[in-house]
Order: sequence, then C-alpha cells, then structure tokens
Amino acid sequence: MADTPKPAEIAKIDHYPSPFEKGWMNKKVEIKPGIYCYASKPKNLEYVGMPYPKEWNPLDEDWKLPENWKEIIEEGFKDRLDKFRSLKLFMDICVRCGACADKCHFFIGSGDPKNMPVMRAELLRSVYRKNHTIGGKIFGLFAGARELTEDVLKEWWYYLYQCTECRRCSLFCPYGIDMAEITILGRELINLLGLNIDWIAAPVANCYRTGNHLGIQPHAFKDMLEFFTDEIEDITGIRMEQDFNRKGAEILFVTPSGDVFADPGTFTCMGYMMLFHYLKEQGLDITWSTYASEGGNFGYFTSHEMAKRLNAKMYAESKRLGVKWILGGECGHMWRVLNQYMDTFNGPPDFLEEPVSPITGTKFENAKTTKMIHIIEFTADLMKHNKLKLDPSRNDHLKVTFHDSCNTARGMGFLEEPRYVIKNVCNNFYEMPPETIREQTFCCGSGSGLNAGENMELRMRGGLPRANAVKYVHEKHGVNMLSCICAIDRAVLPNLMEYWVPGVDVTGIHEMVANALVFDGEKKRTTDLRAEPLPGMEDEEDV
Amino acid sequence: MNFVLSILFSSFAVIVVVLIPWIGVGALDLRILFGIIIPYAAMATFFVGIVVRVIDWSRSPVPFRIPTTAGQQWSFPWIKSNPIDNPKGTGGVVIRMIFEVLTFRSLFRNTRLEYRRIDGVPKIDYEWEKWLWVAALLFHYSFLVIVLRHFRFFVEPVPGFVTLLQNLDGFMQMGAAPFNGFGLPGVYLTDMLLMAAVTWLLLRRILYSQMRYISLPADYFPLFLIIALGFSGMLMRYLFRVDVTAVKELAIGLFKFSPVSPEGIGVIFYIHLFILSVLIAYFPFSKLMHLAGIFLSPTRNLANTSRFVRHVNPWNYPVQTHTYDEYEDEFRDKMIEAGLPVEKGAESTAETEEKE
Repeated sequence: MADTPKPAEIAKIDHYPSPFEKGWMNKKVEIKPGIYCYASKPKNLEYVGMPYPKEWNPLDEDWKLPENWKEIIEEGFKDRLDKFRSLKLFMDICVRCGACADKCHFFIGSGDPKNMPVMRAELLRSVYRKNHTIGGKIFGLFAGARELTEDVLKEWWYYLYQCTECRRCSLFCPYGIDMAEITILGRELINLLGLNIDWIAAPVANCYRTGNHLGIQPHAFKDMLEFFTDEIEDITGIRMEQDFNRKGAEILFVTPSGDVFADPGTFTCMGYMMLFHYLKEQGLDITWSTYASEGGNFGYFTSHEMAKRLNAKMYAESKRLGVKWILGGECGHMWRVLNQYMDTFNGPPDFLEEPVSPITGTKFENAKTTKMIHIIEFTADLMKHNKLKLDPSRNDHLKVTFHDSCNTARGMGFLEEPRYVIKNVCNNFYEMPPETIREQTFCCGSGSGLNAGENMELRMRGGLPRANAVKYVHEKHGVNMLSCICAIDRAVLPNLMEYWVPGVDVTGIHEMVANALVFDGEKKRTTDLRAEPLPGMEDEEDV
Repeated sequence: MNFVLSILFSSFAVIVVVLIPWIGVGALDLRILFGIIIPYAAMATFFVGIVVRVIDWSRSPVPFRIPTTAGQQWSFPWIKSNPIDNPKGTGGVVIRMIFEVLTFRSLFRNTRLEYRRIDGVPKIDYEWEKWLWVAALLFHYSFLVIVLRHFRFFVEPVPGFVTLLQNLDGFMQMGAAPFNGFGLPGVYLTDMLLMAAVTWLLLRRILYSQMRYISLPADYFPLFLIIALGFSGMLMRYLFRVDVTAVKELAIGLFKFSPVSPEGIGVIFYIHLFILSVLIAYFPFSKLMHLAGIFLSPTRNLANTSRFVRHVNPWNYPVQTHTYDEYEDEFRDKMIEAGLPVEKGAESTAETEEKE
C-alpha cells in the first residue's frame, strides 16, 4: 500500500459536483492509477477462448481495438436487449429520481459523480438511446443520447470496474433497477473486445484449467489440507484426515479456494475440516474434490457464459463421484450464483437427491431442486438439534460483529442463519447500525473481481462505509472481530480494517465454530486456531 | 449539456407547446384540429404506444430469476422468513408488487448521506429522508384524483364516485385567495398539492447538486409540461372562466366518438387540451413509461424460489467446459504420486504414451 494515500487524504471527499460543471457527457474520462486494475493478459483470454486477446495498457491512447469494434458492441448490445428483459427495461424506465445516488459505497468513498449508480447506468443508456430509441435518433443530445466513441468505451471500462455488483442501489430504486445487472451485461459487452482486467481473467483461466481460481494443482491442494491437518493436530491432539475425490461418498463439499490459500480464510477452512471430523462418527460421509475445488466464480464477473462454463464443474463432479448432494462453503458471490443461476445454467441435477442432513434427518426443502446447501444452514440445523458440544467461552476474547455479504443478503436473503450460528459460539455479539447491515449491508469495496493490489485506493474508498460502521461498534462496544461468510471478505477486509479501523481482525464463522467445538479425547486446548492463547490460558502457552 | 442549457431547452419546448394552440385557435380558429384531431391522435399514440412498448419488453425473456431479496429467505420452520420482501411464492410477490406500486415501498427506504470529517477522520451517517417519497406520493395521487375528477366533463350523468371525490377534494371550502368571496369556485386540495409536489420535484433537481448533475432535458420537460398543464387548468377554473357547458359538449363528443366542435370556448381551454395531448403522446416514448415498467421489473416481480423451483432459461445453450477427463489427463501423474484416486491407472497412461 506504499502509494495509497493516507486515510486523512482520502477522507477529503466532496460529494457535491460544482453547479457550473459542464454536462457530464462533455467530460473525457481520466483513468487514474490506484483506481483502475491492470489489463487482462492475452494468455489468460486465449486459454478460455475469449475474443481479441492482446497486450494492452489502459493508460495508453491506443487500446488496440479491432477495426469493426463499434459494430461488435452494437450487435452485442442488440443481442442482449433481445435476451434480457432486465436490460431493456432498465435502459428505458429510469426517471433519475436520485434515490440510488448516495447509496453506492464507491460514490460515498470517492465523490466521483459518475459513481452514482444512476450515472454509471447513464453511461450505457446514453449510447442505447442513440442506437435504439426514436427520440435519441432524432433529438440526439437533447434526448440524452450520445455517439459511441473510443472515449465513451474507455469510460465504460473504467466505471464498470468500479462497481462491485452489490445491488445496494437496486434495493432503494423504486423500479428495482439493478446496477449489478447493467454492470454484468456491460462487462459482457466490453469483453467482446478483449477488454477485461487481469485480476478477473487470470483466476478464470486458472479455474478452467485446475478447478480453482488460484491455480492450485491437485497434489498441492491435498498438501495444503494435510498441512492444516497437522496444525489442527497440534492444537487439539487429534488427527483429522480428510479425503479427496472419493467415489460413493454421500456429500461433496465445495468451498472457495481462497479458504485453502490465505489467512484468515485458512482458519475457516480448518473449521470446516474439524466440523466434518467431529460429525464423522455420527454418520457424516463427505469428500472434497480437487477438480471441483472452487466455489467462487470469477466467470460471473466476465459473462453469463463464462459463469456457466466454470459452474458446470460442481454438477459434473457430483455426478462422477456419485454423491447424493452438495454442501457449499462460506462465500458471497458463489452463493448468488448457486441460488439464482446454477440450476438454470447447468441443471437439472436429477442424478442427485434432495438434501437431507445425515445427522439430524432435516430435509432442506429450500434446496429441493439445486441440491446444494450452505454450510451455515447445515451447521445452524445441527445446533438447533443440539448435535454439537460447544464451549462458547473459548471465544470470550472476541467481541464480534457480523458483516452481511452483499450477495447472500440481497441475492438470497441469508440473514438469520449466520447470526444464529454466531450467537451459539460466542458470547459477545454486537450489531452494526441498521442502515449498514442485513439487506442494507455495505460492500467490502473489493467484490466482483476488484480485489487486486494495484487498485488499493479504490478499495479503501469503496470500503469506507463498511469500515465506518465497524469503527462505530469498535468504539462503542470494543468490537475486535469482524466476522463474515464470504471468502473475498476474508481476503480483503483485513486490509480495510488495518487502513481505517486498526485493532479489528477478520474471521469466518466456522473458525469460531471450531474454536468452540469440544471433541471427545482432545488435549486441553490452550490456543485458538490462530495459535493465539485462549482466554485464561495466556500463561500456559508453553505447557 | 449543463443544467442551464437543459432547463432553457425544456422550457423553450414547453413555451412552443403553449404557443401552438394559442395561435392555432386564437388567431387561426383551427378548432377542429385542436379540439378533435390532435386529441384523438394523441390518445391513439398513448394507448397504442404503451401497448407496443409493453409487448416489446415482454418479447425479451427473463433468463434468470434475479429478485432483489430485501428480507430473510424461507429456510427452516424455526427461522422467521419475510414473505413480502423475500417472497417464496406468487402470493408474496403480489403483495410486494402492490406495496411497490401503491405505496412506493422501495422509495420509502430512502436515506440521506451525511458525510462529515472530524479532525480529518470521516464520520458517515444515514439520515431520515422521506421528502422525495412524500412528494412522489402526493404528486401521483393528486394527479390520479384530478384525472378522476375530470370525468364529470366526459360522462353524463356524472358518476357518483366523481361527485364524492369532488366534494372530498373541495372540503376545505377555501376561496381562491386573495380573491376570497368574489364568487370564485372553491379550491381543490389536489390542485394545490399537485402544484406543490411538482414544484418540489423540480426544485430539488435544480438545488441539489447531485440531482442537477444527473438531470437531463428529458427530466425537466415533463415537469414543465405538467406545471403548464396544471397552471392552465387552474387559470381556467379560477381566473379565465370558460363555457363549461360547451367544454362538456366537446368532451362527451370525443368520448362517444361523435365529436362536435362547439363555439365559444376560450382559447385557454385549447391550450390546456393541447398540453395534455402532448403529454400523453410523449408518454410512451419517455421515462414516464415507468408506470408500466414497474410491473415487469424482474428484481421485484419474481419470487426467490430458484433453489427449490427450477427456473428455465429459454435460450440456454450448451457451452464448452473443461471436463474431468481433460483435467485428469493433465495432472494424472501428480495425482497418482500424491495418492489421489484416478479414473485411468498409471499403466493406461504409460500405454498411451508408448503408442505415441
């Protein structure tokens, strides 16, 4: 974060465009370092067969567009208008009432007027009007229409990668206009010209080849989990072996690969492993897959087609292994895709069975056709049936708040289950202010593939509303742990906290579950999964 | 285009709209054109236009089930779900839509950003802000009541509900200040509310810098048009009285498709009628189509059922994927070495390699 301005610098935000500003259409886009992400590298586009792979730099004047780029965009636009009622409607019915304007975390954190959701949509609408409406064709500028030029295209690119598809605007829009939908389709359009960012293109290529975004190959995936097995043994004295690609298992487990790769997600991953081991004797028969080793889906940040291509692995692998149903890890956009797209993309999975918990016998009727349930649902059900022996006091050193992920909140409505689990495993839980949680939750500022390093300023700006709410409970209640159910959150919130609210750490929920879980025959636990002393055990570290 | 130009352009357009019938009827006496032909043409454009637009929207499918969930999903019996904001069936969707259409529920959620810096540290609050919601409700409902009240001109005998509405609307028995007691008719509450609301909706576009930034001529034009419509109507009622019997004769004629063009109606009436004609003819081509669009909005009119009721995408097509076999072929040796199960043994790999 060497080049990222200091918090006090970034905090100087002006949300009020000057009255005598030229109209927004006359202003050429200025692509700023710290805000934009690096361009996609050709090899990553080539690997998955995306069009027009090339070496290019957003700061250059020449973006090496194909000769007929305008036709490609216009045809692509028309094609999508015919395929998506959402796009057609959202292009036509906005009244620019401004209700969405100050709801976007990027606008709140940057003051850039083109980050008001309505404006970001207008960037596309203005071109739509020119090409697809009578008024726009006749009255041009007076009807809010403008020609698609290279500058306009660059503006699209710049601002479509300053939207995290969090849908907060759509909650407040009186017509339900959803900027996420416009961003998704807008990104599809610019991807027709090979204009992706590498932070999305590389994970997509990796995921296609190795099964996960991080490009972890099968033997390494196994290695990593074995390393966690050793760690867990150190802490609990019990060896909790996992198994991989096992045919005939009852359940396939799929989680974001971020959980396997980097702290603090790894602790969440250890949490899953411990829970599975705990339930083994009670009849849990579960396997991991090195092929379907990614729950997340950066394809979804590229195009619907790419999302479908990457998502296909889950059903394909569950069919090959002959499992009955699929259990999914803690993740945000993964669950938007699983909830709102998977069955439509790649279903029906008629080779699977309606999920039933082997421990409690609970039928998960809300997952009757997708056959995939969220591990938080699974664990909440276990707790409700008292199937877990828990000692929440082991988390007494934590004062916890919960960050709802945008996707599970506004693309699913997954609000109470995580809170139920948290309250079962820790004694100190405090909610952030109501305008910043549940369906009104604020994005981490780095979702939808924007969790790169080069755009750190953008991320810190976009995360400001979330950080501000954490700061509030940090100061009021001494909250020191921000819990979440999203792998991207776990990867990015630590940076955000360090920047805006030092003294607050980040955890997945199953890390706290595993800390509280009491195993038969375990050695006296003196540390948590992070190898930090448990409350009251500070002196026993070397015992 | 900056906001000054947008406002100038839109107000100029509305001035032209006012001048056309003024000259057309006042100077050229084209009563049939302005009293019969244009209103019919406008009505036809309005109805045909709306139907065509809605059909055009519906021709595009809804490939994915993408409701914006604004409450707890339906999951366990022991977790209370929110059947309206996160509907699990048609019933919930219908209620959600009724709230959305009749009470502007989403707009009611509105808050206002309050951004401050205290010693360089940002402090963000989200303040109460219901004025936009209040103005929007007042505007739409006043407009509705005014339209319904106008039925006393179109229908003979006047339906009971119209008279009732008229009485309720005029219950304050106010005179038109400052001319109270000069024999002028009572003032309708909705006239005042409509003008107040529309003025506020215009002012916020001009005074709030964010609104000023996003507003287009297409936002000012309908507002100016509606202000002109209301103003001409009120002038007619309170100041330049027109021959109501003749107006009614014309209006009923239009409605019964046996149009007549009575003499002696003041030009102000034709101005009012022409503004209305322009407004409704403009309607299907403009953002005013949000009236119909809200009903089709896929983030609002779908239930959150995609995990238990399969949603079919009519244009779903097969895509290229990276199959397990391709994956294993690339990593087989490493998998075997790591002790991971494989479909084809090491020997079969060796054989293939030998053949090559």
